[in-house]
Amino acid sequence: MTAMKKIALGLIGAASAAVITSAALAETLTVYTAVEAEDLKKYAAEFNKQNPDIKIKWVRDSTGVVTAKLLAEKDNPQADVVWGLAATSLMKLKAEGMLEPYAPAGVEKLEGSFVDSSNPPSWTGMDAWVAAVCVNTVEAEAKGLPIPSSWKDLTKPVYKGHVAMPNPASSGTGFLDVSSWLQMFGEEGGWKFMDELHQNIAWYTHSGSKPCKQAASGEVPIGVSFAFRGAKSKAKGAPLEIVVPTEGVGWDMEATAIVKGTKKLEAAQKLVDFTVTKEANEMYNKGYAVVAYPGVAKPVEHFPENLSAAMINNDFEWAAVNRDKILAEWKNRYDSKSEPK
Amino acid sequence: MADTAFSGKSVPIKPKLSNDDWIMRGAMILIGLVLIIAIILPLYAMLSKSFEDSDGNFIGLANYVEYFSTPALFQSIYNSLSISVIATIVVLVTSFLYAYALTRTCIPFKKFFRLVAMIPLLTPSLLSGISLVYWFGNQGVAKELLFGESIYGPIGIVFGSSYWVFPHALMIVITALSIADSRLYEAADALRTSKIRTFFTVTLPGAKYGLISAGFVVFTLVFTDFGVPKVIGGNYNMLATDIYKQVIGQLNFQMGAVVSVVLLAPALLAFVLDRIVQKKQVALLSAKAVPLVPKPDAKRDMFFLGFCTLVAAVIIGMIGMAQYAALVKFWPYDLSLSLNNYNFDVMDGGGWDSFYNSIELGLWSATIGTVVIFFGAYLVQKGRGFEKGRGLFQAIAIIPLAVPGMVLGLAYIFFFNNPDNPLNFIYGTMIILVVVTITHFYTVSHLTAVTALQQMDNEFEAVSASLKAPFYKTFTRVTVPVCSPAILDISIYLFMNAMTTVSAVVFLYSSDTSLASIAVLNMDDAGDIAPAAAMAMMIAYTCLGARILHALLSRGIMKKTAAWRGR
Repeated sequence: MTAMKKIALGLIGAASAAVITSAALAETLTVYTAVEAEDLKKYAAEFNKQNPDIKIKWVRDSTGVVTAKLLAEKDNPQADVVWGLAATSLMKLKAEGMLEPYAPAGVEKLEGSFVDSSNPPSWTGMDAWVAAVCVNTVEAEAKGLPIPSSWKDLTKPVYKGHVAMPNPASSGTGFLDVSSWLQMFGEEGGWKFMDELHQNIAWYTHSGSKPCKQAASGEVPIGVSFAFRGAKSKAKGAPLEIVVPTEGVGWDMEATAIVKGTKKLEAAQKLVDFTVTKEANEMYNKGYAVVAYPGVAKPVEHFPENLSAAMINNDFEWAAVNRDKILAEWKNRYDSKSEPK
Repeated sequence: MADTAFSGKSVPIKPKLSNDDWIMRGAMILIGLVLIIAIILPLYAMLSKSFEDSDGNFIGLANYVEYFSTPALFQSIYNSLSISVIATIVVLVTSFLYAYALTRTCIPFKKFFRLVAMIPLLTPSLLSGISLVYWFGNQGVAKELLFGESIYGPIGIVFGSSYWVFPHALMIVITALSIADSRLYEAADALRTSKIRTFFTVTLPGAKYGLISAGFVVFTLVFTDFGVPKVIGGNYNMLATDIYKQVIGQLNFQMGAVVSVVLLAPALLAFVLDRIVQKKQVALLSAKAVPLVPKPDAKRDMFFLGFCTLVAAVIIGMIGMAQYAALVKFWPYDLSLSLNNYNFDVMDGGGWDSFYNSIELGLWSATIGTVVIFFGAYLVQKGRGFEKGRGLFQAIAIIPLAVPGMVLGLAYIFFFNNPDNPLNFIYGTMIILVVVTITHFYTVSHLTAVTALQQMDNEFEAVSASLKAPFYKTFTRVTVPVCSPAILDISIYLFMNAMTTVSAVVFLYSSDTSLASIAVLNMDDAGDIAPAAAMAMMIAYTCLGARILHALLSRGIMKKTAAWRGR
């Protein structure tokens, strides 16, 4: 018994010590994000080089989940800053009056299209994140599948059961795909295209990177995902070809904003100031070919060359305003094939 | 409290209550209140949520009407029921044969087979789904065995579920089959009854209650599990994954509550039926019974040895594949080995921190849980008088067994995340994870403690009381040492379950308190399936280590404190 008592006491001691040390730390910002998990540590480290006294507590999930979480917490916001969420989502939050307008120091240096048009802006863009199709060349050859070159190609019967794509309700990538199809093919044409594509879909995934990772490992030959993910998997040695469909590709901005009602406004502003700096943009450029700070972007390895040219003239306002309607319609039509979650 | 008023009116016949009695009653009421807060109130909150709209207005059955008129959701009830029934049949047959081999035949390596069968207990149910992807997925090493069928769907769910619930059923069936009166078999032999007839008239009826019980356990576990269908279910929706989809994917809490109620109903029904059936069971063994010692029978033993080898090979194959896949650099194109997949910090799911969090959760649950549960059981078992209160406590302590982890977790969101709740501060902390874990696994631990306490003669208390020793002295000096094996069992049970549970904690972790089992889930979700396998194996090794430590401790303590048992 005494031994057990000692163990128990030790445990309690250790735990209370842990509590004390974490409380003694400097200001902590709760930052919601949909940035790929593998980049978060790097982002925080870069920021802490200049602001060592502000700690970032990341809350990461898919775009749809983070958006829904922010909306659900509207009356009692838990986040101080959103760093790296789809601009369409931030527009929705802005419309709900949930963002604190703030012009970060140096915002004027950014490309105009990457900054919210209100003054002061409610959000500032970081980089463009572009749809692409990951095709596993080994599996395509083994199954006798031609490499598709357009979105319409994907509806051909030969691809039946060989395509995975993200569920737009939970994944930002999924949503930008759907919204781009509706813009390119028109409302009616867009849904008709998706009806046909649906016949070929093996499964809809929860996250936007999973289809490409599954394509990389051959679990499914073709994954509708985004170019950045494809380039990363290719760099790891996956037999992938990143296809940029000829009709054009949807894209969205990753963007940053301060949540209205934060009790740590000053620290939040410091963080947002950092997110528009040249250093930050150079950091975004590690994975994203198009960034908000002009002149920074260098070509990214394994990135398809024609990508910027293929980006459609995206009407973000339209996408943001119609997001709920589009998702409701999508769920109604296709949700039965969605992967759990 | 309430009983103070009660004592004022106490009738003279009642013996005067000592201080001890008052302390014990007070303590029991306290633990009882904690239980009510931990289980009854959250469930109530969830039930009422299912009758509300997203703004909290009462809308009657509207949510249910919507649920039952959405074909995609409604279909899940049928899917869940059919999968559970099939898996129950598969597991009952397998575990019966396996248990039969271990108890009624003379096959060699019984100990080994018994240990191997317990392996699935070491990991979250997610692991079986992950292994199946590597065995039978589109790049699986043995996908040809499926003859073109896809593992993603019913086949995978039944296979994966059967794997991880197998030990749960096996333990029950082994117990049922260990009890046998050899005189019945001698009688059957003397009457020249055929072996098959003996099997159906003696063996099966003897194990009937065990089999029924195992059936209910398997059904409930499969019906409420979401780990396996989440990973390997593909487009095949089940109730548990629907709750998840509604709550995590779309933050539709009301619909999540409705699905929870739908999920809770059959689980409760199975639970009640099981209890009714168990009440009917009568003692099989009279004092005159002669334990059955199996006699060798070459043909029979050969068959069962083959069968057990096959099952053991499948189990080892499942966990072995997970470990192999975790070490492979880039499945299936670069099969060289590396530790890259253990670089959890660059992946979704919270990195290595989540692993340490899990250990912390395990230790807290094991220590606090064991103390509270054992003391509670002691008060119920050894308290005097106050029958109603003790009965009520006993009844509440049984409830958690019937509540699926996911339902409990969701109920906790509704109850503890309410800003008006004074306990709101525990939301998003390690505390709520400890509370939900202990509550979720309360019943089995409680019953273990009660059984151990029942074996102790009440004379101990009577003698101590007459010697004027306060109850806590008897408790620490006699009761705890005597029951130490049971106490250790409870703590290892809580620790292992805290390490492996997903369903109870999946709605309650925060970014600071992510857990290893949750990391497995999230990494799989992001497509990082090999790192998910690696983390699942880390859980397995931790549980294995704890198990070994437990065995050593038990042996030491038994030697030290239980010498009297040998007499």
